[in-house]
Amino acid sequence: MAAYLIRRFLLMLLTLFGISVLIFVLLRVVPGNIADLLFSAAGMINPAEKAQIEKELGLDLPILVQYFHWIGGLLQGDLGYSYVSEKPTLQEILPRLPISAKLAGMALAFAILFGIPLGVISAVRQNTPLDYVLRVVSLSGLSLPSFWLGLLILMACVHYFGWIPIYTTPPATLWDELLLYSIPAAAVGFRSSALMMRLTRSSMLEVLRQDYIRTARAKGASYAKVNFVHALRNAVLPIVTIVGIEAAFLVGGLIVTETVFNIPGVARFLVEAIRWRDYPIVQNLVMFIAVTVVTINFLIDMAYLALDPRIAYEK
Amino acid sequence: MAAIDQHVEETHAAKESWLATVGYFIRRYPLGAAGAVIVAMFVLMAIFAPWITQFDPTLTNSRVSLARPGGDHPLGADFMGRDMWSRIVYGARISLAVGIGSTGLGCLFGVTIGLTSGYFGGWYDLIVQRVMDVMQSLPLLVMALVMTAALGPSLSNTIIAISIPLVPTVARVIRSNTLMLREMPYVEAARAVGMNEFSIALRHVLPNTLAPLIVLATAQLGSTILVEAALSFLGLGVPEPHPSWGRMLSESAAEYVRVAPWLVIFPGAAISLAVFGTNLLGDALRDILDPRQRD
Repeated sequence: MAAYLIRRFLLMLLTLFGISVLIFVLLRVVPGNIADLLFSAAGMINPAEKAQIEKELGLDLPILVQYFHWIGGLLQGDLGYSYVSEKPTLQEILPRLPISAKLAGMALAFAILFGIPLGVISAVRQNTPLDYVLRVVSLSGLSLPSFWLGLLILMACVHYFGWIPIYTTPPATLWDELLLYSIPAAAVGFRSSALMMRLTRSSMLEVLRQDYIRTARAKGASYAKVNFVHALRNAVLPIVTIVGIEAAFLVGGLIVTETVFNIPGVARFLVEAIRWRDYPIVQNLVMFIAVTVVTINFLIDMAYLALDPRIAYEK
Repeated sequence: MAAIDQHVEETHAAKESWLATVGYFIRRYPLGAAGAVIVAMFVLMAIFAPWITQFDPTLTNSRVSLARPGGDHPLGADFMGRDMWSRIVYGARISLAVGIGSTGLGCLFGVTIGLTSGYFGGWYDLIVQRVMDVMQSLPLLVMALVMTAALGPSLSNTIIAISIPLVPTVARVIRSNTLMLREMPYVEAARAVGMNEFSIALRHVLPNTLAPLIVLATAQLGSTILVEAALSFLGLGVPEPHPSWGRMLSESAAEYVRVAPWLVIFPGAAISLAVFGTNLLGDALRDILDPRQRD
């Protein structure tokens, strides 16, 4: 058990190291850097000035040195300066973080709240018209681009209420905040809820066929108790895995939805930074996303271990 | 005489059985059949684009700027007066090119990596698995974003950028399948008669991974179309003048929500319908080809 934990943890570190190398190399094979971009915007190139800027930003150093500067700084909590705003990267990222985190949390809550119960219903009523409708709805959830869903919601709000629910000023009260984020959160969470519904359904169908469910029914346990307590408890395991994978997918949904709703979160910031080739921001944000995803997957593995006594890692 | 009769009967049966198979498919998988029809419709739209449109999708005309749907422009016109119907029809070409291109490319690399690492195992497998781990820890869109940032926006770069995140998914599935197939008696038999390892992997293992590959590829096709739309929406995917559905939404996004809703509705509906079709078809194919995953 302890050996498994340690092995799993070391693997996680190895993966993170690999990601850092991948990100770093990818961002440097680009033809042109921030200095080129600045000068192409100005329309003229002064080689001496360009060299000066590159020196200031450390772009003239060998690539390996640049990498170690980055990782060394990262470990000490120094993430460098944004090339564009010239503020410390951490100062740029930190205030935007809670916004995206709230949005992601609400989207995930939305997904679980709708996805799991509807999945159970769909499985219990297998092959009835209700099941067909729910399956088509869930499949359409996987097919709608979340930015389009967001735009449609905006359109409906404009049409019916004459009000456009995009971010303009920071919300003052908790209630305002909930109201403001709930619409984009639903747009992001719809996809995840569809996926959870599908998975809950197939997982439930498998469990419902088992002997102990028949026994429970034969003993006269109530309909709701058999389905939601006896069956769901065992069907929920694969769903836990999906919550982990969805956490990664949510990031993708956040990127486009924050853009649509004009929300100043980290996900939209990543796109802006990519457009500006602001290496320190892109590098650190992508690294941050990777760390989050890898950590969540690690925690889910641990949760699995705790939730399912049938799994024993004795290798 | 009896033999001839039987032969005649068999050819007759073969003709009928093709229709019967289609009929059976429609009855058994009505949703899958609907998906197949939708996908076929988009494919035909892409192929016959010049015949079913009146205008060039890149032709601008300031007199019809933001024209409402109707008349010469059944789906209206955008800010630059370009015909929406033409742009949607030609957009099918872009979406399908990116979808099929990147899925194909991702499968090609994924199968090669999965087959070799599963079949030969050892150190090579261990290293490949770690690399796949690394590639999988970044969300599809983030990975594609970083890739497009690295490669620069162009149609072919978009295809490459979207195909790369698919590689680990495909490689994983093919590898686990190969691990199972490697132990099959017929592989052992091939080895016993002196076939070399490489030919065994190619002739005996690869064909048997085809069914899960088809299932996976159809499932991924929808998500590649979605990622292309998202990338183009963010202005980092397929560049102008290509009429990309995602890009049309970014041009028309927030401000057109009020003044020209048709510019928002039609491209999004095209994306959703295309992805919906491939998803329906993918589900049916999974049920047919991979019964273990059936729900």
